Amino acid sequence: MIYAPAIAALLATIGLALVRAFLGPTLFDRALAANAIGTVAMLLLAVLEFLTGRPEYTDLAMVYGLLNVVGTIAVLKFFRLGDLGRESPVDEGER
Amino acid sequence: MRKLSAAVSLFVFWVLLSGYFTPFLLTAGAVCAVAVVAFARRLEVVDPEGHPIDFSGSALRYWPWLGVEIVKSAWDVAKVIVHPRLPISPALVRVPATQKSALGRVVYANSITLTPGTVTIVAGRDEFLVHALTRAGAEGLASGDMDRRVTRFEGARQ
Amino acid sequence: MTPADWISMALLAAGGAFCVVGAVGMLRMPDFYTRMHAASVIETLGAGLVIAGLMVQAGFTLASAKLAILAALIFFASPTATHALAKAAHERGVEPVLGEGGGEGGK
Repeated sequence: MIYAPAIAALLATIGLALVRAFLGPTLFDRALAANAIGTVAMLLLAVLEFLTGRPEYTDLAMVYGLLNVVGTIAVLKFFRLGDLGRESPVDEGER
Repeated sequence: MRKLSAAVSLFVFWVLLSGYFTPFLLTAGAVCAVAVVAFARRLEVVDPEGHPIDFSGSALRYWPWLGVEIVKSAWDVAKVIVHPRLPISPALVRVPATQKSALGRVVYANSITLTPGTVTIVAGRDEFLVHALTRAGAEGLASGDMDRRVTRFEGARQ
Repeated sequence: MTPADWISMALLAAGGAFCVVGAVGMLRMPDFYTRMHAASVIETLGAGLVIAGLMVQAGFTLASAKLAILAALIFFASPTATHALAKAAHERGVEPVLGEGGGEGGK
């Protein structure tokens, strides 16, 4: 009962962010939507811990949060360089 | 001193994550904390940037102020979003950064990004390119209040 | 329900409301950079209020400490991801829609 409004709102947020991920129009809009979905999923996992009374969910949320950031940056790097292994070009002289 | 503090904070982190207080797991945690610090020392990341304990005092003064700023600007952005006419006036502004160290500039750039309504796009050596959602947000940043506070935060070490 | 339950329910509902507002903003805003600002409402006030609500529910326990770590993780990591997105879009030449008088100041 305590968690019902929060869970409904978080699920609605994921739904709306999914619409943005489908609409695009640029790659970055989709990556932003994916990042937001990851953050909200993390919150949903944290709420789930208290709903089900199982303390493992916060640990899952933490791992999810870390993967979310690493995943976002990996996607960006991949689309910028077409490769994950190379050193990124030094930005210092560019501007 | 820095190594000791790093090991202690890693051990506390271990205990918080595990939640078990059996002798075996506590010993394992202590061994892991010391081993991680030993590896980190070989990687040369236990320095003022990797484990910035020098800033603990000034962080306690800066974070509450930043928290209040975040809440205020998040409220403003939320009002803009639910406003029927969507009164946005996006602007790109160049903001001077007066911090001396790279760490200070990172703190400033991250503070700008963390505050809803302003995002650092390019972080240069002494100025940032910032995208602001509204003209008011850009002007608030241009007044330099946050810049001065971060410089004070950074300067607390000397 | 105890008073603490009411407080935590109010905080959770408020956090959820800010998340929905942020997501609506992501749909309403005209270009990528402005959508980014909407997403940061989710990551700051939305996440902060939901975690605060759960901490009220957990009380002074280990679960609360873990939630605090979770909050710290969001607050340190999300600006990094947002900045990476903004910089990548800028380098790719995604042009921001600018309001009247919103040109690049000081250039």
